Amino acid sequence: MKESDPILEVENLSASTDNLPILKGVSLTVYPGEIHAIMGRNGCGKSTLSKIIAGHPSYNITNGDIKFLGENINSLEPEERSQSGIFLGFQYPIEIPGVSNLEFLRVSTNARRKFLNKEELDTFDFEELVKEKLEIVKMDHAFLSRSVNQGFSGGEKKRNEILQMALLEPKIAILDETDSGLDIDALRIVASGIKKISNAQTGIILITHYQRLLDEIKPNYVHVMSDGQIIKTGESDLALELEKKGYEWTDNFIKET
Amino acid sequence: MVNKNLVKDVVKEPYKYGFVTDIETEKIKKGLNEDIIKLISQKKEEPKFLLDFRLKAFKKWQKMKEPDWAALGYKKIDYQDIIYYSAPKQKEKISSLDEVDPKLLETFDKLGIPLTEQKKLTNVAVDAVFDSVSIATTFREELAEHGVIFCSISEAVKNHADLIEKYLGTVVPASDNYFAALNSAVFSDGSFVYIPKGVACPMDLSSYFRINSGDSGQFERTLIIAEESSSVSYLEGCTAPMFDTNTLHAAVVELVALDDASIKYSTVQNWYAGDEEGIGGIFNFVTKRGKCLGKRSKISWSQVETGSAITWKYPSCLLLGEESVGEFYSVALTNNLQQADTGTKMIHIGPKTKSTIVSKGISAGNSKNSYRGLVKMGTKATGSRNYSQCDSMLIGDQASANTFPYIKSQQPNSEIEHEASTCRISEDQLFYLQTRGIEFEEAVSMMVSGFCRDVFNQLPMEFAAEADKLLALKLEGSVG
Repeated sequence: MKESDPILEVENLSASTDNLPILKGVSLTVYPGEIHAIMGRNGCGKSTLSKIIAGHPSYNITNGDIKFLGENINSLEPEERSQSGIFLGFQYPIEIPGVSNLEFLRVSTNARRKFLNKEELDTFDFEELVKEKLEIVKMDHAFLSRSVNQGFSGGEKKRNEILQMALLEPKIAILDETDSGLDIDALRIVASGIKKISNAQTGIILITHYQRLLDEIKPNYVHVMSDGQIIKTGESDLALELEKKGYEWTDNFIKET
Repeated sequence: MVNKNLVKDVVKEPYKYGFVTDIETEKIKKGLNEDIIKLISQKKEEPKFLLDFRLKAFKKWQKMKEPDWAALGYKKIDYQDIIYYSAPKQKEKISSLDEVDPKLLETFDKLGIPLTEQKKLTNVAVDAVFDSVSIATTFREELAEHGVIFCSISEAVKNHADLIEKYLGTVVPASDNYFAALNSAVFSDGSFVYIPKGVACPMDLSSYFRINSGDSGQFERTLIIAEESSSVSYLEGCTAPMFDTNTLHAAVVELVALDDASIKYSTVQNWYAGDEEGIGGIFNFVTKRGKCLGKRSKISWSQVETGSAITWKYPSCLLLGEESVGEFYSVALTNNLQQADTGTKMIHIGPKTKSTIVSKGISAGNSKNSYRGLVKMGTKATGSRNYSQCDSMLIGDQASANTFPYIKSQQPNSEIEHEASTCRISEDQLFYLQTRGIEFEEAVSMMVSGFCRDVFNQLPMEFAAEADKLLALKLEGSVG
């Protein structure tokens, strides 16, 4: 028995892009304080699932529901989802030339604060807040005056994502292959950042290929996706088993069902 | 896609300035010949030298061919099908603003340019031009106290004929190009500015051009003279009603800066651009040029070009005086089927002259946007420098952007530096900003303003905010 209400409920979700079905009935429920890992081959639909939860306009929901804090959010715009507390950490964070990172972070943070009926921050107050959050991801202040993600290394981009998560304080964070392209040190910084930000009220979905992130952040549940479906769910040892046996093992699993 | 629907809803946002003022106008008959030119000159009670100037220009124009090198696509203009003089009927002589037809005042009010004593803008003197004539100029007495002359060019012809005779056509000669020749023959009105020696003009000067009738061309002429050690900032705004025919706007602007003088000329051009199918809109074929005649003189052009079916202009600087400085900051935005071919010419003639070009072209819809510029170092331009930066931004996948930089150097001891880039607003970028709580439209304008920041920084303050809003409005719904 769970004591609190779920943060996120994905119910029998099917979705397509250009009439091509990508998700074929995915169900997933995340309660406060839980960490879920989603694993699976490239093209199995795990990144798509994260984009659809965030509201990407290129996908059509053909069946099923996404509920956030009990409310159906199928038709909400991406910005409304973000403001209400859904965060998507991008696998490949996007470069926005000409837009200063500081201004971007401030506008973004204020959009969330406005939703929470908190006072919006002016440049001065925001600088104070961001300084404190920079510590979490060990980022230099100089990153703020650059254009959003432009010319950032892979690791810097990922840290910038976690910085955004720290500022937005989401109810649920979906982190799409945040570990990919990181060296060991950067992985530790990112993982400890995620741990510092999350708490008993937040939910986290980690989309990953590798055990090494899950060594740092231990998931409560591991889901294996294949061909647009979650084909197996287990506890953290499932990831270890998967690491040992490879995705071929899950292919057999599909045959069994 | 979700966004595409949203886009269609917003794109219906009509052109805000598309209304027509119902006012009795005095128009002459269509067509162009010597008699028409004589008639215009006579209506304006011009001295003989000006009529001669017009007739000479007309002769030259008749021998010239309409240029087509820019490869702009438009139906041939029938110059005999244009009305060359159209003026709202008013009392013969107007001694104060109170006598201006209330309909005209109301028109400018609606455009956000209040002219009456109670409502007029506080730090900007305005010359309001309606079709072929100047309606009113504010703050004239205040400016006169400083010796600054700011009036319509027709008035200047009457009251300051010596200055007109001395400077008119010295920067843009009538034979310069086809449209300049046409303008020299038939120009109707425009603004005249004279800043005397040592005077920093106490307020910004501004002209607001309004085309109201559908079948008349607008041929205004602006002349600004800054005497030694003087300075002025001049702003120009333009709008027109929506007609399904094309209206020709062929203006000439001439600037002269003497020793240590500086002129800053800013334009926000928002002529009617035609509809989504490219029907109607203004042909904006304009010749703008400044002459840095004096030592250490400076001419700075900044322009935000968002309107017109076709924009075809190259505000330029002739850098004659030693250590003179020319600047060109431009944002040109095209949407739907608009075309823009714009840029600048920096002609370095004197030694140690310096020029800076920053051009930002944004093309959305099916539009075509070209930067075309010339940097020329003459044989005497030793130690001269130019820096050019031309960036293009594409929105959607149907728009096109071109950059044509021409560089001619006859002086080895000079430096020319050119940088260019092209980028595109992608759906991924917009989605990224949206997932950070930033609304779609705001995301687009954030990216566009980021792209234009270097140019907006050069605009006078009120203008910069205006330009930002204008771009956002123009772009609404252009991304899907």
